[in-house]
Amino acid sequence: MIQSPVANNPDRAQTDLLLSVNNVSVDYLAGSGVVHAVNDVSFTLKRGEILGLAGESGCGKSTLAYAVARMLRPPAYITGGQVLYYPRSRLDEKGSRLASSLSLARSKQHGGNGARRPIADDEALEPVDVLQMGAEELRSFRWSELSIVFQSAMNALNPVMNIGRQITDVLRAHRPQMGPDERKQRALELLRLVGIAPDRITSYPHQLSGGMRQRAIIAIALALNPELIIMDEPTTALDVVVQREILTEIIRLREEFGFSVIFITHDLSLLLELADKVAIMYAGRIVEKAANRDLYRHPRHPYSYGLLHSFPSLHGPRTKAGGIPGSPPDLRAIPSGCPFHPRCPLVFSPCSEVRPELAPSTAATPQQLVACHLSNPTYRPEGPPTQEELGEGYRALLERSQLR
Amino acid sequence: MSVTAQHARQSEAPREGEAVLEAEHLRKVFPVNQFNPFAARLGVHAVEDASFTLYAGRVTALVGESGSGKTTIARMLAGVYPPTSGTIRLHGKPVNLKGGRERHEFRRQVQLVFQDPFGSLNPVHTIRYILSRPLRVFGHARSGAEVSDRVMALLQRVSLVPVDQFIQKYPHQLSGGQRQRVSIARALAAQPEVLLADEPVSMLDVSIRLQILNLLLRLKEEEHLALLYITHDIASARYFADETLVMYAGQMVEGGPGEEITQNPKHPYTQLLLSAAPDPDRLEEGGGLRKLPERRGEIPSLIHPPSGCRFHPRCPYAMEVCKQRFPKTTDLGNGHWTNCYLYGDGGTNLSGTPVVDAAAIRATNMTATAAKEGDNSGNGTGEGKV
Repeated sequence: MIQSPVANNPDRAQTDLLLSVNNVSVDYLAGSGVVHAVNDVSFTLKRGEILGLAGESGCGKSTLAYAVARMLRPPAYITGGQVLYYPRSRLDEKGSRLASSLSLARSKQHGGNGARRPIADDEALEPVDVLQMGAEELRSFRWSELSIVFQSAMNALNPVMNIGRQITDVLRAHRPQMGPDERKQRALELLRLVGIAPDRITSYPHQLSGGMRQRAIIAIALALNPELIIMDEPTTALDVVVQREILTEIIRLREEFGFSVIFITHDLSLLLELADKVAIMYAGRIVEKAANRDLYRHPRHPYSYGLLHSFPSLHGPRTKAGGIPGSPPDLRAIPSGCPFHPRCPLVFSPCSEVRPELAPSTAATPQQLVACHLSNPTYRPEGPPTQEELGEGYRALLERSQLR
Repeated sequence: MSVTAQHARQSEAPREGEAVLEAEHLRKVFPVNQFNPFAARLGVHAVEDASFTLYAGRVTALVGESGSGKTTIARMLAGVYPPTSGTIRLHGKPVNLKGGRERHEFRRQVQLVFQDPFGSLNPVHTIRYILSRPLRVFGHARSGAEVSDRVMALLQRVSLVPVDQFIQKYPHQLSGGQRQRVSIARALAAQPEVLLADEPVSMLDVSIRLQILNLLLRLKEEEHLALLYITHDIASARYFADETLVMYAGQMVEGGPGEEITQNPKHPYTQLLLSAAPDPDRLEEGGGLRKLPERRGEIPSLIHPPSGCRFHPRCPYAMEVCKQRFPKTTDLGNGHWTNCYLYGDGGTNLSGTPVVDAAAIRATNMTATAAKEGDNSGNGTGEGKV
């Protein structure tokens, strides 16, 4: 079994940080104008943390994640910002010391002697800006440090290669020192990890069910034991029961290996159960960022409240709910001020003029950041809106929209 | 509204609670293409013995995983597939779907809303043309001016306003929610009494879903439509439906008032479905993902379905008898019923408590599973291994 380097090291406060995304913006240069898909987004991710990104389709959540992985292609352009990745030395799958594939690539490129210096276990290395990486660095960064589970399990696998071959392909490309037997051993081990019977190694994707294909994709993502896995709606196409199995599997593997996850979904109710921290995106910006419990108990942004109450509950009284009237804005012409103001039930004077910045919602909850004037004491001295006020606002909005 | 008045004149609008469409012992077996002409004929046993009734002004939800036969039922009811056996009755009269005027009239009364609004609207036609077709086909409007009026009224009813902006648009110019409104308007154009909605919101954004469901609710009230709502999301069935039916691998396993099913599920499959549904309320109950019951797996192959109750390979309470014969319907009172030997085999069981020692069966099954997994560790969720 692979020893997790994270599991038993409590005193490494400075190496806790894994990723720090600062003011990233992404534009799509479309023929009909510039689409501002991601605007000035910042967040940090700690080791072993699950960060959820939620929002309606077209809010920029996938674009943001792909920007972090440098997977965007023209017409998408990263127009600004920094993605700092904090690598550290660690053991590779075979147990031999991997003095961070990143610094190796770097020293090769720059002719430096960084790799020759003896590196202690778990030592934090200099942060690297993912957005400035060269081709060779990027190649060693992807998959050994960061891997991705793509959205549709049906299409992400190659139909003419069996799954064993697709897993060993990763090893062949990134671990040239491994022999064929070693690769096969590792592939079998990975399949066992994600709960696929080892005799399925010769199966082709069409012979597997949707849930098993998704497991196989997760196995490929785990192949090099990465620090960070981006999961883009990994369970959307699956049935609830299978979805629950996959999520339980992800949680278990996270506990075993200590990787971090950026989990993208539009299903906020699922995310609240799974993620440690949740960031809600709207029109390319993060509008609220909070621990899952805080967000569930008291969402401060009217959009988060609306999103949370778009799901009928399984318990409690059956109340009439209305979702969020209106539709997401055209990202070519984002509304001035707060982008949510045309749909907001509690809109007031500053909303259309001044753009709110992410700030703690109240002094008592410094971890719950919200970009809303309602929580800004300058505009609203009585503090952020209560849940009753938000609910009342949506009820009034619902009635108005029905009268129309 | 003039449209409603006209509708009432054309066919007497059914009163609320009146049975409109009844399905009796519906079965559907799809033939499988085979290369060997001498082999025994194989078939996909998609639906086994489904019986239920749709009432005017009421919503019936059909819940189950993909592959459980929900869509096949909707398509049989809409007359897209002929049932292998069983009868469909509309207003008490058996339906003849062979063709001719009778089928035409049936198609008018029973309309289907499809799951995918991106695939169900013809991209080369305008909204006006798409909505005018059912009006002309069913003779509700003849002149061009009449068609325009009707199309505008339809768009108004599904809240696609301002109407004159939408009427000349093409489907690609609309968002998913707006397209689904057009498909609903298209179904309404025929002036149906029964609306079969096959996962009408599962392709839509979460914030839009409730709007579409509320629209369907409003139309149901206005028109006394009998609505069949097919979904895999049991929480939305609770929100939306008066009655809920749960299907597993082509068999109806439990049914009753929506609230009863979600708060007091009896069949082990319904319990599994509910425990798997995302539910942030669990955060308050100690947090973390709740563990699924042991003995997981996926819907079995329907070409060689498990004998008896098809859930038995996954059921933690499986008994010997479950493999032999599908249980008869047990009435649990209040319209709640289930097909499960835990609660008896036919008859009534008003207390809703298991008639056998469920805990003991579960314990035995668990040790058996553990022993099996000991021999064959890491056995995946194999298909065809029944």
